Amino acid sequence: MSFRADLRHDGGVALIKLDGALDALSAPVFRDRIKRAAEHPVRLLVLDMANVNYLSSAGLRTLVYARQKMRDGSRITIVGANDVIQRTIQLMGFQYGMEFGDGIP
Amino acid sequence: MTGSPHVLRDRIDSYPTHQISGYGVRPGRHLPFGATLVPGGVNFSVYSSAATAVSLVLFRNGEPAPLAEIRIPEEFRIGGVWAITVFGLDYESVEYGFRVWGPESAHVADHFDPSRVLADPHARAISGRDEWGVPPDWQKPFQYRSKLAFDDFDWEGDRPLRIPMEDLVVYELHVRGFTRDDSSGVEMPGTYAGLVQKIPYLKSLGVNCVELMPIFEFDEFENSRLDPDTGELLLNYWGYSTVGFFAPKAGYAATGRFGMQCDEFKNLVKELHTAGIQVVLDVVFNHTAEGNEDGPTIHFRGLDNRTYYILTPEGYYYNFSGTGNTLNCNHPVVRDYVLSCLRYWASEYHIDGFRFDLAAILDRGEDGAPLADPPLLQALSYDPVLRDCLLIAEAWDAGGLYQLGSFPDYGRWSEWNGKYRDTVRRYLKGDVGTVSDLATRLVGSPDLYAHRETVASVNFITCHDGFTLADLVTYDDKHNEANGEGNRDGNDDNASWNCGVEGPTDDPDVQRLRVRQMKNAMLLLLTSQGIPMLLAGDEVGRTQGGNNNAYCHDSPLSWFDWSLVDRDVELLDFVRNCIEFRGAHQVIRARAHPTGKDELGIGYPDISWHGVRAWTPDWSHDSHLLGLLRVGVTEAGVADFVYQVFNSHWEGHDVELPELPPGVRWHLFADTLAPPPGDACAPGREAILMNQQAIRVGPRSAVVLVGRGTG
Repeated sequence: MSFRADLRHDGGVALIKLDGALDALSAPVFRDRIKRAAEHPVRLLVLDMANVNYLSSAGLRTLVYARQKMRDGSRITIVGANDVIQRTIQLMGFQYGMEFGDGIP
Repeated sequence: MTGSPHVLRDRIDSYPTHQISGYGVRPGRHLPFGATLVPGGVNFSVYSSAATAVSLVLFRNGEPAPLAEIRIPEEFRIGGVWAITVFGLDYESVEYGFRVWGPESAHVADHFDPSRVLADPHARAISGRDEWGVPPDWQKPFQYRSKLAFDDFDWEGDRPLRIPMEDLVVYELHVRGFTRDDSSGVEMPGTYAGLVQKIPYLKSLGVNCVELMPIFEFDEFENSRLDPDTGELLLNYWGYSTVGFFAPKAGYAATGRFGMQCDEFKNLVKELHTAGIQVVLDVVFNHTAEGNEDGPTIHFRGLDNRTYYILTPEGYYYNFSGTGNTLNCNHPVVRDYVLSCLRYWASEYHIDGFRFDLAAILDRGEDGAPLADPPLLQALSYDPVLRDCLLIAEAWDAGGLYQLGSFPDYGRWSEWNGKYRDTVRRYLKGDVGTVSDLATRLVGSPDLYAHRETVASVNFITCHDGFTLADLVTYDDKHNEANGEGNRDGNDDNASWNCGVEGPTDDPDVQRLRVRQMKNAMLLLLTSQGIPMLLAGDEVGRTQGGNNNAYCHDSPLSWFDWSLVDRDVELLDFVRNCIEFRGAHQVIRARAHPTGKDELGIGYPDISWHGVRAWTPDWSHDSHLLGLLRVGVTEAGVADFVYQVFNSHWEGHDVELPELPPGVRWHLFADTLAPPPGDACAPGREAILMNQQAIRVGPRSAVVLVGRGTG
């Protein structure tokens, strides 16, 4: 299964659009995009997860990685995550420092 | 300063040296045991004293046939440890086990069986019972499969709380039963995540330590059966039968089917700690789920039967646990195993303490006889990782070893005080000959723990095993018919009293008496020196319909009924106030046993005993009334007087009050005869007594007073 993570910068906003299953195999790709996003001054990181159909433990960890990579004071918003994924993130307590949004701001 | 720190990007051991079964492998690292993520691969290490060959068997998640079987080359073995690093594994979708061969001329007590795949005793996660109550496919050849677990949880600075032992109020609960009932209103009933949502309730109750009934992976379908009369499915609901000692129970995790139980449980611990609540685990090291000769082979039996179990010379299992086998805890290998397991939970999961089921077994030697200086208990007592952990023993076993007060404690262990439970129960129901023993229980059982402090005694009246508090005052006899054994199972000696009618009744007098008896019990428990432990639900009068052995019921019979929290506000408020009162009076929590001397030099001994007449206790056989005056100082350094009078007599008495120093007056905290809100007030708001000379203590009632300055 293929996985894509596309990064776009728009002023102080970075958008990463994810596509496919976010698991141990694809996590390194996503981590690389987060790293590159954090190379610019970013006040808001938007993760578009509308096309993510599976999130594993390793995938979840990339969200923590994102939070740790982003500088203090910047926000992370997850948009489009389906109910199962959103709930999983919350059940595990990985939601701190992140917001859930309906659409891309 | 700029410049990148030195990072070892390419370890020279991160490349394969061999190809086996299609996988690149290399000689593994022999420590740590179990499966560990290493650069580029997974390291597997397992030991056996006598195995002649070991292969690693890999499965894709849930599939019946192996993905690959990798025979570990003989040259990868050091001593009895077989280790291999496997590269290119998709470690999230892989389950594993070991196939183990023994010598041709095996010992009679060996059970090597290369036709089976064994679980890893060090598995950090186990699949196979991922969702609670989903009937397993018993045809599957390998039931409990080892999984890898991440160890990189984001603790955000959390660490064990180290609340002083004397300040603890323990609350024993069953993770699933606590929120499984629909009335819990949580999003994911019956799970670690569900429990997180009830933390505000625990905080509002005032407890600061939860003792979780077993959460190590177990099989709820072990010995599952249908009740012959009702057809109800009976499960191993309590879980005192461990399958995986390093693995949190997946079926208690809302995310267990995704294999995320480790993180979900860690999140529970983190959230409890954030709320100021410690986590103690009930751990079962006396036996395993492998049972006796007829039990399943899971891990130890096929790896090293003679090492892990206490056996008769003929190779049969000793059964000191009452459940089929006995773990050979004082064998050096098993001792190290237990120690490394607890270290793992303390460090990896930030666990604050452990309660050891049937702990007397842990000091039996390899022949089953108790040891004077048992190496396992010694090792646990002095371990650096466990230094701040609570160690609590259930100081008896099913083989007749009863060590209450004589358990080898190394100045370190506390004990579930079974004598506290028995004495308080018998006193409350009105038995004669109990008052002097009650006095000893109220001050931390110095008869048992004179060489220790009061915190050696974990005081309890009820626990998961036996009647709930409401049933203790509702039933004379156990009613275990629903267990499907004709009411033969469970303890017959409950020291309970039904207050006149067996079972539920509409009689308002009986109902009032039962509520009062529950308040008497809670007041006694929470004003005794030692560490108090409450059974979850007792604060709202939870009933099990008289069942005193509900181990097999995953049903409303054993679940916490949250509608009681709204219905039984009276008892709940009373308990809250008692817990808060305990927190406000360090004289009740004092670590030292009272001496009976005037320690403060203010003209009062730290403890004094009283009867209907002040300074005149009635220690006679027929006595039912006891007054005790505790004198200490508050945290602010002011002299503190707490006077407790317990009356288990069916008649009320006018009780003379001890005289206080000038300017100090008696104020009423609790009177269990009074209807709310007079039964117990918010601590600090005690009303002054009009009559400072005497107080009426009603039939089967208790009062607690505090002496405070009026200015």
